[in-house]
Amino acid sequence: MHYEEFKKIVKRTYVVLSLFFGLLLIIAGGLVYEMLYPSFLITETDQDIVYEPIENLEVIGKNDIKNGIHEPTGFVDANGLEQVVINCTPCHSAKLVTQNRATREGWIGIIRWMQETQNLWDLGANEAVIVDYLATHYAPENKGRRELLNNIEWYDLKDK
Amino acid sequence: MDRRKFIKEAGLATAASVVGLDIVFSSTLPENYIPLVKEPGNPYKLFGIDPEMTVLNNKPWNIEAKAHLLDDKITPNKYMFVRNNGLIPQSIDVSNWELVIDGESVVKPRTYSLQELKTKFKQYSYQLTLECGGNGRSEFNPPAKGNQWTVGAVSCAKWTGVRLRDILEDVGVKEDAVYIGYHGADVHLSKDPNKEAISRGVPMYKALQNETLLAFKMNDKDIPLAHGYPLRLIAGGWPASASGKWLNRISIRNKIHDGAKMKAPSYSVPCHAVAPGEKVKESDMCIIESMPVKSLITYPKTGAMIEAGSKLEIRGHAWAGELEVAKMEYSIDFGATWKTCALDRPTNRLAWQHFRASVEFPQKGYYEVWARATDEKGVCQPMLVPGWNPKGYLNNACHRIAVKIK
Repeated sequence: MHYEEFKKIVKRTYVVLSLFFGLLLIIAGGLVYEMLYPSFLITETDQDIVYEPIENLEVIGKNDIKNGIHEPTGFVDANGLEQVVINCTPCHSAKLVTQNRATREGWIGIIRWMQETQNLWDLGANEAVIVDYLATHYAPENKGRRELLNNIEWYDLKDK
Repeated sequence: MDRRKFIKEAGLATAASVVGLDIVFSSTLPENYIPLVKEPGNPYKLFGIDPEMTVLNNKPWNIEAKAHLLDDKITPNKYMFVRNNGLIPQSIDVSNWELVIDGESVVKPRTYSLQELKTKFKQYSYQLTLECGGNGRSEFNPPAKGNQWTVGAVSCAKWTGVRLRDILEDVGVKEDAVYIGYHGADVHLSKDPNKEAISRGVPMYKALQNETLLAFKMNDKDIPLAHGYPLRLIAGGWPASASGKWLNRISIRNKIHDGAKMKAPSYSVPCHAVAPGEKVKESDMCIIESMPVKSLITYPKTGAMIEAGSKLEIRGHAWAGELEVAKMEYSIDFGATWKTCALDRPTNRLAWQHFRASVEFPQKGYYEVWARATDEKGVCQPMLVPGWNPKGYLNNACHRIAVKIK
């Protein structure tokens, strides 16, 4: 290879690399600035909105599952757990889900109601996963017209 | 809000997106919505409630009592159910708290300071029964969505305040007035500032009753934050959702109030009876007004074991919405025979009434004591769960406790 030609290639590579690293530096700087002053990249900031603190970026932690239950939320550990935690718990407690029972149609109805009145977003492809999860693990049981008294804790009644 | 907190939290949210928090799942998740994976605080400390109270939901806070916790004649704060549709206001500025009276049917709209309300109008105290419209929902079959209240979403505290009627007379009400709607300072669950968590109300005839108060005291103290500090509308005998908390505005309407949770299926039942699980059109749903006749055995706690030959003293409360309870009975043979309980008259209209009886058992074994109240119109509590409705309201089936005779 000719010396001049080689010099040219080195020069060109140098320019390209400089531009590349320069750009990286700008992006990194921007991200750091964004972390310190979040309004920098957010065009509309509503200061009245109160954000829930999040200390653990992992949604489903390695040690969160015990006896088939996701302990922090009480949800059954099964396919769809992560989508349910991510989409259901930003607005309300997991307890509002786990204490309810409904058919597939019922759960879809609840999702539609939340979308119409409670600002729930379009769940996209996650909707099928979420509905499958809920209809499978939180399905209704036939309780009849009146259930038996259950979970009675017997005790001696002394004082009268 | 605190700017530092804002930066820190928003910063973490941003960090989450930077490190790529499961982008696959969060692609449809709007910015700034963070999954709640941590308990939002200890309710027993936050609200000063008893550790035996049951937390059904912690966002929004919904907590109920158990039957035996409601034994007091006047319910203390520690045993009072907490029902929220939205988020409890984070800061209350009492010195600048104002109540706005507006609406299509107000003659002169005006604003009162809390101090003006307290000094300008005569104050009244009443014991008023507040029961969640969905109390007993957990028994409906097929299940109804919402907080699965069992029996403990009812209370009867002493409320002190001024009559709404006196305020309405002060501002003047036009002839076309139909309804009043309340507005409060609670925050919608989605934190959307343009949405109200709940804004219900009552028709004019209820608004003008002596016992309908703008209360600033509960049991002779400032109303606890969870129950509406510093000002709450109290409409006893109606679904407690009609008693708006953190009250800052009342609109006098020339139509049925159309605020949040006024529309069916919220706090509405089918106008005509339906089969369990049947689909009901919104236009066929009617807004709940007075709550039905109901009672609760508050002593002893279910599960009592006593010696053969000894009597069991039972007691509790009975209430009937707008009406008075006329008769109270109990049965130890699943309704085959009923015996009468001693029943007190209410301290004032819309207060729950106390009953007691001395129960004898013929032989040893397993028994259930069932309680049944009858209102002044002769309507009594059903033994089975009454008419199914899509949202599971108005379950006034007889309360029962289990007893063993040794």
